[in-house]
Amino acid sequence: MLKTRIIPCLDVKDGRVVKGVNFVDLIDAGDPVESAKAYDIAGADELCFLDIAATIENRSTMFDVARRTAEQCFMPLTIGGGVRVPEDVRKLLLAGADKVSFNSAAVANPDVVSESANKFGSQCIVVAIDAKTVSPGKWEIFTHGGRKNTGIDAVEFAKLVESKGAGEILLTSMDRDGTRDGYNLALTRAISSAVNIPVIASGGVGNLDHLVEGVKKGGASAVLAASIFHFGDYTIKQAKAHMQNAGVAMRI
Amino acid sequence: MTTVIIDYNSGNLRSAEKSFQLMSEELNVGQVKVSNKPEDVVNADRVVLPGVGAFADCKHELSSIMGLYEAIEAHVKTGKPFMGICVGMQMMATCGHEHGYHEGFNWIHGDVKIMEPNDKNLKIPHMGWNNLNILNSHPVFDNINENDHVYFVHSYHFEVENNNNLLASVDYGGKVTAAVAHENIIGTQFHPEKSQSVGLQIIKNFLQWNP
Repeated sequence: MLKTRIIPCLDVKDGRVVKGVNFVDLIDAGDPVESAKAYDIAGADELCFLDIAATIENRSTMFDVARRTAEQCFMPLTIGGGVRVPEDVRKLLLAGADKVSFNSAAVANPDVVSESANKFGSQCIVVAIDAKTVSPGKWEIFTHGGRKNTGIDAVEFAKLVESKGAGEILLTSMDRDGTRDGYNLALTRAISSAVNIPVIASGGVGNLDHLVEGVKKGGASAVLAASIFHFGDYTIKQAKAHMQNAGVAMRI
Repeated sequence: MTTVIIDYNSGNLRSAEKSFQLMSEELNVGQVKVSNKPEDVVNADRVVLPGVGAFADCKHELSSIMGLYEAIEAHVKTGKPFMGICVGMQMMATCGHEHGYHEGFNWIHGDVKIMEPNDKNLKIPHMGWNNLNILNSHPVFDNINENDHVYFVHSYHFEVENNNNLLASVDYGGKVTAAVAHENIIGTQFHPEKSQSVGLQIIKNFLQWNP
């Protein structure tokens, strides 16, 4: 059977990891490739790099990161941040990414998803949705790091990008992101039951029970986390064992 | 020895290239070359057809490079090893039903159809790590064990007519073809280049396979 994936996510700025991985003795904890290698060895199921300060000028650094990672890590790699047009997707795929994630560009123009999916296949097109609670049971898409409300309903938008050919949704709760209070389960459930493509839960993980809840209560196909792994609170191995014990099938 | 990985504009070739290169160096079995030239395919000792995207696109891209499709057929006829990955494996089928009806190489009889898991909660694409059920032994699966995990990402699957061609399957709301083989050809639905140590072992085995 298919296993639930654990995806560590690294924020990258100008080719450097913002919150370095410190659970192992890395020669250069700021090098995304070193961190990727550490997670490869640790048994992570996939990796995600988010270019948090992507501008046209510094895009080439991310291509270089993708290139060097693909040379050394033989595991699936998703790259997001600053992806605007199908040409960006092509460049990242050629550099070594397996999946590319759209965020604001898909909100501004959902057709960029279908254009990219038709060209490169749905399997490599991820849409990152950043959603905030606006009233109980209602979530809207926020862009620009959560500062700008678009007024677009998150569930409707998820259905729309699925119909446009997205292969996966990376769902981040802006209410929970950075709080360590756990995923927004109602939001995760609402989106995962609205679409037939895999949903990655993100935002708010503080302990291993949160990962279990994301799957069991939220209906997520994969769980993404950053701090709890980077800071060495838990290892990937511990997380997998904990989830397995709680009845979530994992690749051990 | 030269192993040629066929480049047909499908996108991510880098990890396939790097993984075959790394294993080739480790075994000291010659060079790995990424190419779309029919003469390179004809002269190769081993050929790998990677695949990302849809059956129709794969067929279209292969056919759009003059002589490439025929060069692949010629290579396979000589009896030299050939490996297809993901859509590259699906191309071995009689036909594919993704974006219309398209004929494949017809080396292994069967159809490539949309997956229809019998559990409605299962999502499409089938994306992630699944455990192998090994059905037939094969040199390319040496040191690969029952229930080893490999990485999948696909929405269509290969329904093989003859079970003798079926090397391994996985369960995803029913039996899903994971690997096929026939004489000098082998194909995997999963991505060995993305499957960490298990995948690298399969690549290593392929580079040493003498059918």
